[in-house]
Order: sequence, then C-alpha cells, then structure tokens
Amino acid sequence: MIRLDRLTKAFGSVTAVDGVTMDVPSGAVCVLLGPSGCGKTTTMKMINRLITPTSGKIFIDGRDTSTLDAVTLRRSIGYVIQQIGLFPNKTIEDNICVVPDLLGWDRKKSRKRAAELLELVNLDPSVFLRRYPKELSGGQQQRVGVVRALAADPPVLLMDEPFGAIDPINREVIQDEFMKLQAELKKTVVFVSHDIDEAVKMASHIAIFRDGKLIQFDKPDHILANPIDNFVADFVGGDRTLKRLRLVKVADAMQVAPVSVVAGDSLETAVARMEANNHTTIVMVGPRGRARGFLHLNDIRGKGGVVGDHVETLPGLINVNDDLRNAVSAMFSHGVTWLACVDDEGFYKGYVTQRGISQLLGASYRE
Amino acid sequence: MTTSSSPASSYTSIVSSLALVALGAWAASSGLLGTILSYREDILYLAGQHLMLVAYSSALALAIGLPLGIALTRKPLRYHADAITQVINLGTTIPTLAVLALAMSFLGIGAPSAIFGLTVLTLLPIVLNTIAGLSMVPRYLVEAATGMGMTDRQILFRVELPNALFVILAGVRTAIAINVGTAPLAFLVGGGGLGELIFTGIDLMDTSMLLAGAIPTAMLAIVADFAIGQCQYWLIPRGVNPLR
Repeated sequence: MIRLDRLTKAFGSVTAVDGVTMDVPSGAVCVLLGPSGCGKTTTMKMINRLITPTSGKIFIDGRDTSTLDAVTLRRSIGYVIQQIGLFPNKTIEDNICVVPDLLGWDRKKSRKRAAELLELVNLDPSVFLRRYPKELSGGQQQRVGVVRALAADPPVLLMDEPFGAIDPINREVIQDEFMKLQAELKKTVVFVSHDIDEAVKMASHIAIFRDGKLIQFDKPDHILANPIDNFVADFVGGDRTLKRLRLVKVADAMQVAPVSVVAGDSLETAVARMEANNHTTIVMVGPRGRARGFLHLNDIRGKGGVVGDHVETLPGLINVNDDLRNAVSAMFSHGVTWLACVDDEGFYKGYVTQRGISQLLGASYRE
Repeated sequence: MTTSSSPASSYTSIVSSLALVALGAWAASSGLLGTILSYREDILYLAGQHLMLVAYSSALALAIGLPLGIALTRKPLRYHADAITQVINLGTTIPTLAVLALAMSFLGIGAPSAIFGLTVLTLLPIVLNTIAGLSMVPRYLVEAATGMGMTDRQILFRVELPNALFVILAGVRTAIAINVGTAPLAFLVGGGGLGELIFTGIDLMDTSMLLAGAIPTAMLAIVADFAIGQCQYWLIPRGVNPLR
C-alpha cells in the first residue's frame, strides 16, 4: 500500500533519513519508533510531501507520489499532529469539514458526516458541533483531531505523536477508541511515536529508526522476541518479554476444552478425572457451563460425598479476550499459578497456567 | 459574553461621563457653551472636512498597510521580517509635523499633503500589527493546514488572517484614533478640518473657538474608537476573540 524505496533526506551535511526502504501493507498500523532526531518524523512528512525527499521514491497504491500534485495528494491523506492543530477560528463542525470543504463536498453531506464522526468518538454532536476548540478539553480536542483526519475517508492516515500531549489516563482511553475505530475502518496508518508501550499496543508493524536508518521492521511480537541488535534490545527495554504479554490473548495461551465436574458429581468422579488428566485441580461448572468453583486433589482424595459440598471459591477468573499481562497480573495478585478462563457470559472455556505462558513465550525465542 | 475587564471599564466610563456632565454644567453656567455653539455651522462644515481627511488617509493606509504587512510575512520576505519591523519602527519616530512639512514641499498646500502625511502616520501601526498578528499564528496551525491540503492562499485566508484578525484590528483601532487626533495638524498645510478652529483659537487667544475645534475632535476620536471596538467584538469569530 505504502512503499518507501531507498528514501533519503539530507539537510545540508546532516542526513536525517538514510536509504529507508519499507513496505506498509494495506490496513496496517505501522509505528515509526525511535529516539528524538532519528528521522522518524521526517520520514512520515515525506509521505505527504511536507518535506521533499533528497532521493528515493514513495509509492502509494503503486503510484509514485512525486508525480502527483502535492495539494491533491495531501487531501487524500489524513493528517494528525501532536499539537492537534484544530483551527481556533472555526467551530468543531467546520474543523471536521475542512478537507470535505476543500474537496467541494455538498455542505449537507459533510455536516452530516461531521455529526456521525463525533458520535464515533463518544462526543455528543448536539453539544459539540457548534463549540470552538478552546471550549474543549485536551482529550476532546484530540478526538476531534483524529476524526477530522478521517472526515473525507482517506485510505491513508499519518499521525505524528498524536497522543503525546495527553495525560496518561486519557491517552489510554483515546488509544483504545482509536483501535476500535481502526478495527472498523481498516485505514493504512503510519504513526510516529517514541513510546514503546504505545507502539506495542497500537502497531501491527513497528519500524525502529536510529540516526536516520531503519534498523528493524517487523511485527511487534517479533521485535520484542528477537531484537536485531543491542540498540533495539535496549530501546524496547529489559522488560520486553513482559511487554509481549500484552500482545497475546488469553484465548491463544489457554488449554481449551478442559475437563470439569458439576455439583452433583461424586468426589470419586472428580478424583478420577483429575488423575486421568494428570491435574491437581478441577473446576466445577454450573448446569449451563458457567465456572462456579474448584476442587483440589489433595483436599478430596479418599473422601466421600458430592462435589457441591467440598467446592471452594475460584481465586480469580480471566476473560478469554484479555491479554496475558492481565492474566499474569491476576495470578500474582491472587497468589496462584493458574486461572480459569471464561467468556463474556461467564462460561468456562479453559485455563491458563504460569508454566504454559512461559513455554509459549519461550517457544518463540527458540524459533 | 461579557469579560472580566468590563466591570472595570464600565466603572471608568461612568466616572468619565460624570466628569463630562460636570464640565458641561460649568461650561453652560459660564456662558462658554453658548459661545461654542455659536460656531455650530463652522463646526459641522469643518468636521465634515476632518472626516474626509480621516476617511481618505485611513482607507489609503488600510489599502497599503494590510497587503504590505501580509507580504512581509510571506516567503522570502518572512526571514527579514524582524529587520523590516525595525525600519518601520524607526519610521514611527519621525514627527508628524515633519512628515506634513516634507509632504507639503512636493505636494504643495492643500488636502493632498495632509492626506499623505496622515496616511504615513496611520500606515505604520497597521503594518506592524499585521506583521505581529500573522507571526503570532502558531506554525503548527499552518503545518496542519498544509498537511490537510490547503493551498497557500487558502491558508492565508482561512487560517492565518482569521487567527490574526484581533491583533490586526487592534492596530487599526490605534491607528485611526491617532489619525483622528492628529488630523487637526492638517490645517498647518492648508488641509482644512477642525484644526482650523483650534489653531485660529490659539492664535486669537480665543478659548471658546479653540474648544469649538478641540471638543468635536475629541468626540470624533472617541466615536471612531468605539466603532472599531464594536467591529472587533462582533466581526471576529468567537473562537479567537478574547473579548467574548
């Protein structure tokens, strides 16, 4: 979708971007990551020709961007900057409609679209359309900044540290909102950041820059698992394995189709099932399959009766859609080595164990 | 809609109008008012002339000053804006009387010299404030506008000028207030206006004649300032208007 071909930019004797070649597939969120002055922002600004490359080419959908009219090109690319850059003299409505107006859209159509877009980011159009940017909080302004870039439905979105100036709590919320939008809209996004956590959270691809050179370009999990050199390893941090936890869903790490018992089963049945599977615990489910409690092998071995009389409360449950970071965190806070996994309705789907997680993470190191 | 400064300013306006009433009462009781009013026809005629001088010179100054200020903030002049501002600042130090005298030496006696002198005087604050207003527009707004695909012209008219308008109009307001107040000097180069009453009054040591020129001049200045103040309040979009 976006292809950079030996892209180079020199400012005088300083080479800001040095022979960068990469391919951003359609629908990807590609985070350009690196310390200040590494050339990531320059690279991004060459895509919409705010900066003219010294040499090299950029192709969007196979078309060489240097052959297009710069203004036309920019109108087909959404652009979000760190300072947000809403125009203070325009209402929120007019701000969102900047590009549609430039493109000469019908006024009714663009105004209707502005209202729809505001709803997408949970801002009430009846309240906000007529307001001016100064009457909005920073977080609200940046939401408008993002939907403004989406107004004319461009296939490509460039974002220059868009959430950098927002407080950490709001940043998480806006990141999540953006991810939800992106899951629906499937834009091709080039996103500049210096925050590895943000990159791991948002990116489908990460490009790590140093001194104008592209050092590593890969999926986040691969970069965390196999940093190409010490610079990348240092940059992604000593806790990179912990960061990977965020990339794996519980559903992908759990043992599926587990054995279980119901309240009416006898203890002998429970013991037999545990021994047959070489387990020391077993989960008791309700009549329709919701996780209700558990039994430990040592507590019930040799005893008689039914499961319902000996069941203990589950120490913690984890949703299958959570990431492993939450799972491990729950294990530590409850002081257990395994968790029962349930879906949104509470039905028992499987379990994750610390050992299983270690093996999963370890396996990709050995790849 | 009202700002925090308005209670204070309404307080001062109350005090000043009380002072005016007191002054008027005194003038009426001493018979001065009657004498001043005896110049009514002169006042009206000369005020008309005065307003013409102000209107022509202000219009010329706006017509020259705004484009000049805009041009000085465009590439490549932008990089020299500081130096140019300094030169213009030097220009403001030249006394108005000197400018008028110089103008008279090549434009001759009459309204054109006066209009020229007043234009020069009015031009400078307009240019300076246009430059200041445009350079105060944050660069990232221009970058955002460029990145969204506005042409240079669209950026100027849709982003830069609206956001600089308050500062620009503040310059226009100052300039025109100065213009109205300085226009009496036009009499000295044969340009007419209320200066005729003021200077003749001085020469004849006739206080009432002097006041018959001075009071309308002051009132014109106040009215002009108020009118532009209202423009500032109502014309500038609420998002960039510190007054509301």
